Amino acid sequence: MTAPLLDVQDLKTHFFNEDGVTRAVDGLSFAVAPQETVGIVGESGCGKTVTALSILQLLPPRLGRIVGGRILFEGTDLTTLGEGALRAVRGDRIGMIFQEPMTSLNPVLSIGHQIAEAVRIHKGASASAARARARQMLDLVKIPDAARRLDDYPHQFSGGMRQRVMIAMALACDPKMLIADEPTTALDVTIQAQVLKLMLELKAKTGAAIVLITHDLGVVAETCQRVVVMYAGRKVEEAPVRQLFTCPAHPYTRGLLASIARGKAGARAKRLKEIPGMVPSLREPIVGCAFAPRCQFAVEACRRQQPGLMPVAGEPQHQAACLRVGEVLAS
Amino acid sequence: MTVAAAQIARVPNRSGIWYFVRRNPTLVGGLFVLALVALAALMAPLIAGDPILAKPVNRLRPPSQVNWLGTDQLGRDVWARTVYGARISLVVGLSVAAIAMTIGLLIGLLAGFSRTVESVVMRLMDGLMAIPAILLAIAFVSLSKASVSIVVAAIALPEIPRVVRLVRSVVLSVREQPFVEAAVASGTRLPKILRRHILPATMPPLIVQATYVAASAILIEAALSFLGAGTPPEVPTWGNMIASSRVYLGLAPWTIFGPGVALALVVLAVNLVGDGLRDHLDPRIARRM
Amino acid sequence: MSGAPILDVKHLKKHFPVRRGLLQRTVAEIKAVDGVSFALAAGETLCLVGESGCGKSTVGRLILRLIDPTSGDIVFKGESITSLSREAMRDKRQRLQIVFQDPYASLNPRLTAGTIVAEPLENFDRLGRAEREGRVRELFARVGLGADALSKYPFEFSGGQRQRLGIARALALSPSLIVADEPVSALDVSVQAQVLNLMMDLQEELGLAYLFISHDLGVVEHMADRVAVMYLGRIVEIGQKEEVFARPRHPYTRALISAAPLPNPDAKRERIVLEGDVPSPMTPPSGCHFHTRCPFAVPRCRAEYPELRGEAGSHRFACHLDL
Repeated sequence: MTAPLLDVQDLKTHFFNEDGVTRAVDGLSFAVAPQETVGIVGESGCGKTVTALSILQLLPPRLGRIVGGRILFEGTDLTTLGEGALRAVRGDRIGMIFQEPMTSLNPVLSIGHQIAEAVRIHKGASASAARARARQMLDLVKIPDAARRLDDYPHQFSGGMRQRVMIAMALACDPKMLIADEPTTALDVTIQAQVLKLMLELKAKTGAAIVLITHDLGVVAETCQRVVVMYAGRKVEEAPVRQLFTCPAHPYTRGLLASIARGKAGARAKRLKEIPGMVPSLREPIVGCAFAPRCQFAVEACRRQQPGLMPVAGEPQHQAACLRVGEVLAS
Repeated sequence: MTVAAAQIARVPNRSGIWYFVRRNPTLVGGLFVLALVALAALMAPLIAGDPILAKPVNRLRPPSQVNWLGTDQLGRDVWARTVYGARISLVVGLSVAAIAMTIGLLIGLLAGFSRTVESVVMRLMDGLMAIPAILLAIAFVSLSKASVSIVVAAIALPEIPRVVRLVRSVVLSVREQPFVEAAVASGTRLPKILRRHILPATMPPLIVQATYVAASAILIEAALSFLGAGTPPEVPTWGNMIASSRVYLGLAPWTIFGPGVALALVVLAVNLVGDGLRDHLDPRIARRM
Repeated sequence: MSGAPILDVKHLKKHFPVRRGLLQRTVAEIKAVDGVSFALAAGETLCLVGESGCGKSTVGRLILRLIDPTSGDIVFKGESITSLSREAMRDKRQRLQIVFQDPYASLNPRLTAGTIVAEPLENFDRLGRAEREGRVRELFARVGLGADALSKYPFEFSGGQRQRLGIARALALSPSLIVADEPVSALDVSVQAQVLNLMMDLQEELGLAYLFISHDLGVVEHMADRVAVMYLGRIVEIGQKEEVFARPRHPYTRALISAAPLPNPDAKRERIVLEGDVPSPMTPPSGCHFHTRCPFAVPRCRAEYPELRGEAGSHRFACHLDL
């Protein structure tokens, strides 16, 4: 097995303010192989965006800090790098796409300038070479009339187009990996379909690995090869995509899948399966399994100790952080 | 569900006055200074001597045991005059803020709600703002007899447009909020919507603005007195004290220390209160997320 | 559909003028809603589905007269409410309520939850204070919130709980029709399930009719009895849910259904990925508004606007083609 491109080991990221400590990510480990698409899925507050920000160390300076773990990218531990070395990685070897394209693009610079900037800085290209590359990228992301649109400003593009511009920026320096944080959540569903299709095509073309962060299990099913499910800052399940949907092993994953509204033919639908209770506060250290208070399978042992990752059904690639995987699968 | 609600709403144990002081140092500092000054002003007859009694034979004496801050060119006690001067300044500051806020609030609410009122009123306000406040105040004062009330009115007038603008912008933004739409959908009538939903939203920025208006008013009053267009000359105000002490700066610098330092201190304190209130009332900064 | 519909909307239009210049002359119009007609029976759920800019939220607000229509007629319980005076309309509001999308902005942050839910009751002054409080407690219980929530402020609640508060407020005056404007779009999936279940239970108990506005096809398919698909201010397809989802006749409906990602990696279905962006409602394309993005467009589509085919009350769609 080839060495992973990205290897996150026991990442812990905490936020500090006057009221205390918020343990946003509490011991997360996962790996991404070259050219693989891995989805990180979870609901709000589970720590998926913080994970993305931690990888590239884009956390708010005084508030958030990585307090433990390693992030190995191509063998180098990113947590040990200084700001200068990190800047060389960002944009050049790891590209990032954010959720809100309007706020991630500088409104007073033309998009051609913004795309070219990354190329100039990382590849040392001349202004004209960088501009040519920017034009090439716009063509790649299928923006019509690319030559003219290089000089347009973000507000002159629609939401879907802006997200394509972001993808162009992220891929301009031909990075090995792309981190996409909810890239289509703010878009209409038909535009989302376009952008996701584009991302998959580009992945095939450039061979970049993608870490796709989303709350939408549908998007995960359509685009990812492997999935990591997060809850309260921890990983609760990890599996190849097909396995996750056909054979979810963790009670939270099951609950999540059961509560998605999907129409069924026939008379008015029955009630959706709810997950009772609410997400625990991340300000207090969580003893035992984070999901135990809401879990129908929980026993005393679950509340006392945080469950380690157990293999599921003999599949080494499929793991769930649950002491009672057997019972869950049997039900 | 309720247990979970308590989990979400875990407000940390913030009791005690020291916690408040630590969290809001500017606010507390400013309030403290103002409280001292106000106290001094109130107790003027007890702690200060006679501000008006002139003993020319004692003119321009340096600070001594008898005259803590020395005497001015007419032999009057500078300390006494400074303390009594605080009265005028504080009264002017407070009154101007109160008047400007009340009138500004009423006009601003109307302007935020009615397009017709808005177009007329805002142009008027723009016009008013174009005239420098001091000139306007001087013109006003010169049209009538000089007295404290005239000065207050004269200073309040040019402050009103700023308040109107502020209130109007808050009203415009709050009006668009879904909870106002929800109130309409619930059958709430306009007066109640104004009272219950719009007005409270205007309070925080208004209160902060009030402190800045007060500080500005105190300074303008001093400027007016300095220019001789303010309160009558026998009434001691920091402004006219500074004005009359100009000539004697070289000879008797203490004549300016009293009023000068007091003015600076009070204006600074009021501004600190304003800043502190703004930070305290702004939920995002207060929670420092 | 038995009996007279509780809501009958006919050719509803809302055009927003675009003003420019010192004299604020109208230079263009945004045809946000451009001739929408539908009926809703008592106790039924009609879902209005479409993407941003299609006008569905505007329709919701027009029905409540939160905005006034440019033309068209809205008939509620047999009575036309289109041109009612503000006072008369206020009276009707007791039976016609709304739940908003944003759980954070739809509750006044400075009022307690109890006050917020009591406000509709205060407005109509039918109950004394003690009775009012009793009714508020009853409403809280009905939406699954404890009595201690009465004195809490909105910031102390989670998104899902706030939405329950919004629902409690809407129920206060015992309405017959609730316009739900994207009520679960801002919530996490597991919380959505809770709120949707609540809404379904309430409908069952109280016989409520819902005009449910959403962009999420999964939710629509779950909640709807009937579905109306909107594009650029017009309804392009309307009918019983099962029919519309099983046999969508309009190309846009097909594209919409195929675009929604399914949580099933093995799902085989027709994938229609539309090219281009949604046109601006200020300059809608000629003829059929959808022809610029339609994979099946023929010249007739550019020239002539297709009216809704089919009998009123059946599965209707606005397309020249027979797909």
